[in-house]
Amino acid sequence: THQMACQGLQGGETVASLKRESESLRKKLEEERKKLSDIELNQVAEKIEVLGPLSIKTRRVLKGHGNKVLCMDWCKDKRRLVSSSQDGKVIVWDAFTLNKEHGVALPCTWVMACAYAPSGCAVACGGLDNKCSVFPLSLDKNENLSAKKKSVAMHTNYVSGCTFTSSDMQILTSSGDGTCALWDVESGQLLQSFHGHTADVLSLDLAPSETGNTFVSGGCDKKANIWDMRSGQNIQSFESHESDINCVKYYPSGDAFASASDDATCRFYDLRADREVAVYQKDSVIFGASTVDFSLSGRLLFAGYNDYTINVWDVLKGTRASILFGHENRVSRVRVSPDGTALCSASWDNTLRVSWAAYL
Amino acid sequence: MSGSSSIVAMKKIVQQLRLEAGINRVKVSQAAADLQQFCLQNAQQDPLLTGMSSSNNPFRPQKVCSFL
Repeated sequence: THQMACQGLQGGETVASLKRESESLRKKLEEERKKLSDIELNQVAEKIEVLGPLSIKTRRVLKGHGNKVLCMDWCKDKRRLVSSSQDGKVIVWDAFTLNKEHGVALPCTWVMACAYAPSGCAVACGGLDNKCSVFPLSLDKNENLSAKKKSVAMHTNYVSGCTFTSSDMQILTSSGDGTCALWDVESGQLLQSFHGHTADVLSLDLAPSETGNTFVSGGCDKKANIWDMRSGQNIQSFESHESDINCVKYYPSGDAFASASDDATCRFYDLRADREVAVYQKDSVIFGASTVDFSLSGRLLFAGYNDYTINVWDVLKGTRASILFGHENRVSRVRVSPDGTALCSASWDNTLRVSWAAYL
Repeated sequence: MSGSSSIVAMKKIVQQLRLEAGINRVKVSQAAADLQQFCLQNAQQDPLLTGMSSSNNPFRPQKVCSFL
């Protein structure tokens, strides 16, 4: 009824007055952010030494997937990793020996997300099945992992990303249904949902543990949002990309994050300044960026692109420090190992590559 | 009832914007200086940046045992 429709309105509020207020608030936000924009990050970084040549090269190629590798995640033990593929297969590898330690075939295709549990005793994965399932990893190689599968998350569209939180007990998911959600692994209960994106959410990343209970998400609405995990509140929002954001990743200090987009740029946002502080782009880089990750010190940003390359950006100076070739199709995921020694890249060429710098 | 749902939606947007407009911000110069300091402080412990010493390399070639 018309009566109910007017509930919650303060005297005189109409759609028109709310619209005017939202426009003036947006303007105010822009002005506030501009006021504090007294210098560019790369100008501040002019005084520091240019990076020397990097000696990072591919040293291992992990072959075994029969189709596009869509996602991978390192185990905290710094040598194992889990990867997932378009053909529904999830494989746990020892990146050191190239040994395949576990394999499970999911009943769905396009397993877009996979994550290793902090304990190293389980993996989570999901995709076109709209779910995220957890598999405990057994020491018994002959055990059928599928039998132990536990369905945890249920979305109404594909699962694009998943991560365990600080323990094996909770997972955070992002979905094509436009939401992110926090789940209790044991009961499958939805603990918190995060609404605010207006299109598919393609990626999420948890803030480094020292900085508290927040995470960042990015998606097809070109926005990157920062969320409070406990309250479900959207704390900050950034909109400067010109196309889908495919990946978001926190800077190691937790004070900033980077994003990769179909607009062929990667961008760097500082949370305390509440704005974009760098754009990583080149005229010669015209293909979409699908994935990003930082080196341990945050100085290097590894970005995988649809032109099969990985550009290594100097985060402070904004220039390209190196370019890694080798994949024969799109790079879908790059991840630096937990101790910062190696970079793993996953690709639509069905392989994963592990790269590291020369030893001195 | 498009009337009521658009009012509810608009109220949500305004509430969100009020929240975002209210947060404390620092100057980019300050934020940039802190980001830079973090990088420089941790540079020597960044193996992809500096390379690794032989003894620490977990992927170094190991002696291989063959079982005959």
